[in-house]
Amino acid sequence: MRTQLRPIRRSPFRQIFFISLVLLSLVVTSCMGSSNAKDANVTIIGSGGTFPAPLYQRWFSEYNKQKPNIQVSYQAVGSGAGVEQFTTGTVDFGASDTAMKDEEIKKVKQGVIMLPMTAGNIVLAYHFPNAKSGLQLSRQALADIFLGKVKTWNDPAIAKLNPGVDLPDSPITVIHRSEGSGTTDVFTKFLSKISPEWKEQVGEGKAVSWVVGLGGKGNAGVAAQIQQIDGAIGYVEYVYAREAKIPIAKLENKAGKYIEPTTESATKALDTAKLPENLRVFITDPDGEESYPLVTYTWMMVYKKYDDATKANTLKEVLNWALTDGRKFNEELGYIPLPPEALAKVKKAINQIQA
Amino acid sequence: MTAATSDAQAEIQPRSTTEISLDKGFSWITFVSAIGVAAILAWITIVVGIQAFPALQQFGAKFLITATWNPVKDDFGVFPMMYGTLVSSLIALLIAVPIGLACAIVLSENFLPRSVRRVSVFLMELLAAIPSIVYGFWGIFVLIPFLRPIEAWLHQYFGWLPLFSTIPVGPGMLAAGVILAIMILPIITALSRDSLAAVPSDLRLGAYSIGSTRWQTIFSVLIPAAFSGIVAGIMLALGRALGETMAVTLVIGNNNDLNFSLIAPANTIASLIVSQFSESTGIQKSALMYAGLVLFLITLIVNIFAQLIVRRVNQYSSK
Repeated sequence: MRTQLRPIRRSPFRQIFFISLVLLSLVVTSCMGSSNAKDANVTIIGSGGTFPAPLYQRWFSEYNKQKPNIQVSYQAVGSGAGVEQFTTGTVDFGASDTAMKDEEIKKVKQGVIMLPMTAGNIVLAYHFPNAKSGLQLSRQALADIFLGKVKTWNDPAIAKLNPGVDLPDSPITVIHRSEGSGTTDVFTKFLSKISPEWKEQVGEGKAVSWVVGLGGKGNAGVAAQIQQIDGAIGYVEYVYAREAKIPIAKLENKAGKYIEPTTESATKALDTAKLPENLRVFITDPDGEESYPLVTYTWMMVYKKYDDATKANTLKEVLNWALTDGRKFNEELGYIPLPPEALAKVKKAINQIQA
Repeated sequence: MTAATSDAQAEIQPRSTTEISLDKGFSWITFVSAIGVAAILAWITIVVGIQAFPALQQFGAKFLITATWNPVKDDFGVFPMMYGTLVSSLIALLIAVPIGLACAIVLSENFLPRSVRRVSVFLMELLAAIPSIVYGFWGIFVLIPFLRPIEAWLHQYFGWLPLFSTIPVGPGMLAAGVILAIMILPIITALSRDSLAAVPSDLRLGAYSIGSTRWQTIFSVLIPAAFSGIVAGIMLALGRALGETMAVTLVIGNNNDLNFSLIAPANTIASLIVSQFSESTGIQKSALMYAGLVLFLITLIVNIFAQLIVRRVNQYSSK
C-alpha cells in the first residue's frame, strides 16, 4: 500500500497577512467618510450649563408644540463643556452662565454673538435638622465656610448672626461642583472679591482646586447631595433649590444688608450694571441697598455667520419668540426676565446673526 | 487488502475548489479580526499618547506623585486619584471575591435543587445587565443612607485607626468600593462557576473515592484545578472595577485631596476624567489624557501580575 502524499506547499500566510492588512485599511478609511442625512425638518442643537437648562428646555419644548417641524435640543453638560463644544463647532449654539472671555472668542472663526437670555440667582442652600430658610450669612462667614475655617454649624461666626436659630453642633460639609461650571465661576468670582484670602489661595474659574468639600455633578447633583447629607451647604441656582425644597440663606451684600434671593432683589442688582455693546457684564458684588449679591445673566452664544441659512433664520425666530412669548415661562420657573433696556439690546444683537 | 485500500482511495476525493476557497476566506477573515483587535488597542494607545504628550513634557514623572489638581494655576498631579482607583478596586475585590467564590461553589455543587440553582444563576447574571448609571443613582439614594450608620459606628469605635479617622459624610471611598463590589460580583461568580463546572468529574469522583469530605474536595481539589479560570474571572472583574466610571463618580464625592480614611470623599482617575474632560482645554486636557494613560498602565501591570500568579500556581500544582 502506498499512500499518496500531497506535496507540502509553502505557507500562504505571508500573502494572507498582506491582503488582510489591505482589507483592514480599506474598512477603516471607508468608515471615516461621514454621511449627511438631510431632513425636511430643522434641527438645532446646543449645549451648555445646567443653570438655565430647565428654562431653555421648557422654551424649546413649548416652541416645538407650536411648530412641530422645528426641533431645538439642549444638552445640559456644564458651561465649560458648552463653550468648548461651541468653539469646536460641534453644536449650533452654546450656553454659559459666565460669558466667554476675549481669548475664547478669538478661537471661534465664525465670530461670536453673546446674548443674555435670562438671569438667575445663585443661592446658598443648606441642610440640618429643623433648618428653615433665611439663615443669615455674612461675607466673612461665607468665605470662611468655604475655606474650611468655620467647621461646625454652631460656630460663633454663624451663631452671632442668627440669634434666634437653633444651630446644631454638627460639622459643615461643603458641596461644590465636580465638573467645569459657570455657576462655580460666578460664585468664585464673588468669593475672590469679598475675601483676599480666597483670591490668593484658590482664585476663580469654572473649575478650581477646592479647599474642602465634596463634588456633585451639575446643579442637580449638588442639590441632591445637599438634600442627602446632614450638615451640608452648597451653592446652586435658585430653581434647583426651590424644586428640591431646600432652605436658602440670606446673604450680606456690599451695603451690609442681608438680602433674600427673590426676583425683586435680583432685578435691583441687574439694574446697577449697564450692558455694554458686547453684552457682556459680570455683576460681581453689586451696589445697592436691596441688591442680592449673587446674580448673574446667563448667555447663549451663537455664531455671527452660519453656513446654513435655514438654520440661522430658524434660530433667530426661536430666540425672538423666547424673549417675548416665552417670557411667561421665566416667571413660572423662577428665572428673572430681562429688564426692558437689556431686552432691547439683545433683540438688536439677535438681528446681527447672518446666514 | 489491496482491494480495500483501493476502494478507500477511490472514495477519498480531492477537496473541491469552493471548499478550499471557503476555507481560505475564513482564514483571512479570522486573521483580519485578530490583527484588527491588536490594531485597535495600539491605535487607542497612540492617540491618547499623542494627546498626553504636552502634559508628559511639562510634568514628567512628577505627575504621578503630586497631590494637587489645580485648573486655575495649571498644576496637575494624579497621585490621590491613583490611590483612589487602587483602593476602591481593592475594597471591591475584598468584598466580591469571597462572596463570588462562595456563590460559584454553591451554584456548581448540588447543595441546592437544580431549579433553584437555575433561577439563581439567571438572577446573578441579571445583576451584570444593570446599567452603570442606575447603580450610581441607587448608590446615592439607597446605598449611602444604608452605609451611613455603619460608617458612623466604624468612626466611633475605630476612629483611632487612620482608616476611619474622618467624620463620615456619606459619599466616599467605602461607598464606591461597595458599589463596585456589587457590580463585579456577577463577573466573578459566572466565570468561577463555569471553571468549577468544567473541572472533569474524574477529579471529583477520585477525591470522593479516596475518602475526602465534600469541603476537602472543594478546597483541595476543585478550586486548585479551576484556579486559572477563577483568576481570569477576578482579573476581568478587577479590570472593570479599575475603569468603572459613572457609578463611581456619583458616589465617591469627587474630592481631589489625598486622604487615607476610607470614609472620606475621594476620587478615581476614571471619575476625574468624566467630570472634567468635556470642558477641558489645553494643558488640562493633556493632563487628563496623561491620567488616562496612567490608568491604562495600572491595568496592564495588574493583568501581567495576574498572569504571573496563574503561571506560578499552575507550576506548583502540576508538580
